[in-house]
Amino acid sequence: MNRGGLPFLAPMVILSGAGFLVPLMVLGAFSFADPAGGLTLANYRRILADPFALGVLVDTLALGAKVVVLTTLLGLPIAMLFWHAGPRQRSVLVFLTLLPMLTSNVVRTFAWIVILGRQGPVSQALVSLGIFPVPKSLLFNETAVVVVLSQIELPLLVLPVMAVMARADRSLVSAAETLGAGPWRILWTVILPLAAPGILAGWVLVFASATTSYVTQSVIGGARHIYLPQYVYREVGILFQWPSAAAIAFVLLASTGVVMLAVAALSRHPRLASHG
Amino acid sequence: MASRMRFSDLSYRVALYGVGGLAIVFMVAPIFVGLATSFTAGQTLKFPPDGLSLRWYRALLDPVQSAPIHTALWNSVRIAFLAVVGALLLAMPAAYGASRVGPKTAAAVEPLMLAPLVLPTLVYGLAALITFSGIGLRPSFPLVVVGHVVVFGPLMYRACAAIAQRLDPSLVEASTLLGVGPFMTFVRVTLPLMVPGILAGAFLVMMQSLDNVSVTLFLADARTSVLPLRMFQMIEESLDVRVAAISGCLIAIAFAGLFLAQKVLDPRRST
Repeated sequence: MNRGGLPFLAPMVILSGAGFLVPLMVLGAFSFADPAGGLTLANYRRILADPFALGVLVDTLALGAKVVVLTTLLGLPIAMLFWHAGPRQRSVLVFLTLLPMLTSNVVRTFAWIVILGRQGPVSQALVSLGIFPVPKSLLFNETAVVVVLSQIELPLLVLPVMAVMARADRSLVSAAETLGAGPWRILWTVILPLAAPGILAGWVLVFASATTSYVTQSVIGGARHIYLPQYVYREVGILFQWPSAAAIAFVLLASTGVVMLAVAALSRHPRLASHG
Repeated sequence: MASRMRFSDLSYRVALYGVGGLAIVFMVAPIFVGLATSFTAGQTLKFPPDGLSLRWYRALLDPVQSAPIHTALWNSVRIAFLAVVGALLLAMPAAYGASRVGPKTAAAVEPLMLAPLVLPTLVYGLAALITFSGIGLRPSFPLVVVGHVVVFGPLMYRACAAIAQRLDPSLVEASTLLGVGPFMTFVRVTLPLMVPGILAGAFLVMMQSLDNVSVTLFLADARTSVLPLRMFQMIEESLDVRVAAISGCLIAIAFAGLFLAQKVLDPRRST
């Protein structure tokens, strides 16, 4: 039932194919290329043999996983507030979630430099509580990167969950209440399975975004805690090692792909799938 | 039994409002810290700020001292504007087209068009650099624009598709029956109905483009400095308080845009 949509659709499809898919395929091919033009696994072998590169890769994937966990722990309570809120409070919650998301990443990273800096509120509070003898910067370590990225990526988890909740059928909750289930039981057996598609979508977005946020990782992590984006940029911009940069970028792409596949497999789980 | 029920209700409420409230503070407070810092009268970044003044906003306007910032801002604004135009020309018609082809066709091409939203943009930046270099194109201003249209166009697509899918097909059919061609039908009938989606999409594309580092980093030449990269360099070099003033301006834009969006796009009014 084509009703004349194709001519409108075609330019964007061509752009996505030629402008997005083709470069990713070129990147993949490039990562297997040797200087003579043949095929090789040398670029990947070099990453696996280099403890520094391997460490960077592992740290980056671990960073993504930690940020996913922390955003879930903080994001679900926000989503639950949305679930219980009336229409007016709901639009306030959406506003409060969109505001940080639409504020530049660099701006939010910058705000955290002030918050975690030597003269910042956290350092001052710890001094007045007697935990720190003198004001001290809390920046330049992995925990800081995890905390800051969690704040920055939090809306990416909360918004998809809110979108699913706004469309959810509430009769299941009333049924569970009538049957005498307490609020925790309803949360576990009804609301979380209902919200699962949103949570899973959020995980993919948070992981992809946290592992590749060059500015936040560089500024908050400092020069000693390097993650994949800085590594890739160094290989490309300073060392001109394009094939090995391509290989490591492809590994990052593949790991995001693995997360997406795992999430897709989870969403086919019978308990989750039954709710659509 | 009854007391256990009450305990479960109470603990649920404490967890919901306690943890939920703290999480909201955690999510939103940094923005206000950034905003407050920009009004400091002191020389250093400090919260709470040392007195209040507009001195760093004045420093930001200084045409000599802040010339590199102005150049970067001008580049960023031009890139964002062109990215919005590109998204408008490609993604907005595509959203309409997707609602006018069979569901199988739409389901087949949609993942391809939306893929840039979920795949790491940094990987795309490098892939685009390698591909463009392969066909002899050096990093330049036009390449940055192309990259931004590819990566942020899907935001426009998604915003417009949400509306296009809900459009009443009989409106288009009526127009076709009256003998109006598909293009004029699109311009006269569909386009006006899609305005809320276009505005939302344009705002999202603009904000993302203004903020992007990971694509620009690979596709811009040394002369094309952009605002987020300039801010990044200022933070790395000297913790310049003017960054706080730039932040203040960007927060104000996000706030104003969101406020307008809630007024204009209020679902209770548009339906």
